[in-house]
Amino acid sequence: MSVQPRRAYQSDSATATVRLSGVGFGYAATHRTLQDVNLILPAGSFHFLTGPSGAGKSTLLKLLTLAEHPLTGTLHLFGEDATMVPRRALPAFRRRMGVVFQDFRLLDHLSAFDNVALPLRLAGGKQADHAGDVEEMLDWVGLGDRMDDRPPSFSGGEKQRLAIARAVITKPDLILADEPTGSVDAVMAERLLKLFQSLNRLGTTVLIASHDEALARRSGANVLRLEGGQLTGGGS
Amino acid sequence: MIRRLFNMRAPLLPRDAGGEAWLAGLIAVLCFLACLAAVGAVSADRAAQGWARALRSEATVQVRPRVGETGAEAAARAAQTLAGVEGVDEAEAMDRKTAEALLRPWVGDAVLPDLPIPYLVTVRLDPAAPASAVTLGRAMAEAGLDATVDDHSLWRSEVERSAGLITLLAAAAFLLTAGAAGAAVAYATRAGMAAQSTVVDTLSLNGASDAAIAGLFQARYGLLAAGAGAVGAVIAMGLVAALRFLGGSEGVTPALPLAWSDLLILSPCPLLAATVAVVVARVTALARLKRGH
Repeated sequence: MSVQPRRAYQSDSATATVRLSGVGFGYAATHRTLQDVNLILPAGSFHFLTGPSGAGKSTLLKLLTLAEHPLTGTLHLFGEDATMVPRRALPAFRRRMGVVFQDFRLLDHLSAFDNVALPLRLAGGKQADHAGDVEEMLDWVGLGDRMDDRPPSFSGGEKQRLAIARAVITKPDLILADEPTGSVDAVMAERLLKLFQSLNRLGTTVLIASHDEALARRSGANVLRLEGGQLTGGGS
Repeated sequence: MIRRLFNMRAPLLPRDAGGEAWLAGLIAVLCFLACLAAVGAVSADRAAQGWARALRSEATVQVRPRVGETGAEAAARAAQTLAGVEGVDEAEAMDRKTAEALLRPWVGDAVLPDLPIPYLVTVRLDPAAPASAVTLGRAMAEAGLDATVDDHSLWRSEVERSAGLITLLAAAAFLLTAGAAGAAVAYATRAGMAAQSTVVDTLSLNGASDAAIAGLFQARYGLLAAGAGAVGAVIAMGLVAALRFLGGSEGVTPALPLAWSDLLILSPCPLLAATVAVVVARVTALARLKRGH
């Protein structure tokens, strides 16, 4: 896999990939899903975000993907204020991140090849230019022989790997993964973890939300713990 | 595999996003009706123009004989005078027999001998530069004739007003049809976006701009409307061609004369349908995306 880092590892919080200050969010007026979250993810860092179900892990990832806006506090991505970013500016942020959704969000009418090529295509790339990269990526996640198959014919683990391949194909600055090992067995979970680690070694900032605390500890990554909407450990 | 070999791109929107068959059928019907409205307007205008031209090329002069002069003599003198006026091709005094023949269907034979029938001169005007009623009236006065000139301007303006009204109604029908097509496309776009909300979300989260997503819907519905518009136009063309073939240049009625060239005015219908669909789908999709679809 010929993934090259876009930028060198930087631990300076001023150039952090993600910086949250006093972030609060809630769907109901009376209940805050997230409260006063302060978090810095330096560029090139690797973090696990753990916590029980309903702790706010997925909500935090939604804020980071700019699917929702914080009700309080500020959110900086790639050094820019993304707290109340207008819709027209969203693509520029999102093209710098790769997201692995808990429900995969694969497009069932497209082949595995076209699903993985999607971010490149949306960024204006030509198929002839990126076909080699996509095929290589599918080989890398072990789906090289299923390029023309469509997601409905894939198992949960295969869908997961396909979703990961799509998330990393653009060599993003930031990878956000919501329970990426939730649908796979232990062996595959370790394999996927190694995949994220190798991307991280190339300079990509990685944040994985997972309830699997054992996996998080084994990964050697920084472990953040979210409980009751608040970061209780590991946050800056 | 084949698509990849030929570098063909798979459509990002699934097929039949939101039930497109009904939309295609509806647009085809609307285009068919719009085509009929357009042909009707052109045809009515053509008929009105023909009638107005005929009225414009003729004038009628009523002559009142002077003391010691018969009506026939006065009419003959008027015809002779008018024939020499510039802009007049021919002037002919109408004899009593001809005038009676014109009135007979209306009043019957019994009263005709007792009727005081006016003495008329039929004037055929030069179609290129017809003499005006004022010129004809002046010529009559200069010849010492007591006459009233009717250049049919009252009828002509009525005919032209009617033609204008029909054209206006046809244009209104056309605009209403376009509006109905636009409303259908707007509804289909909203339904399509709701049905494919997961796809729209996924595209957006993978870096697609609102314009790019709207572009997918506008391309989808634009192509669909172009195809459906073509079907509607071809059916309308078939109908018009059949009427022209069976009825000749008068079509089914002299009020709606048809010409083979009428088929040409139907040819932009698919393009117009596609334009309406593209604009409406784009505006609708962008508005929905702004509101969080």
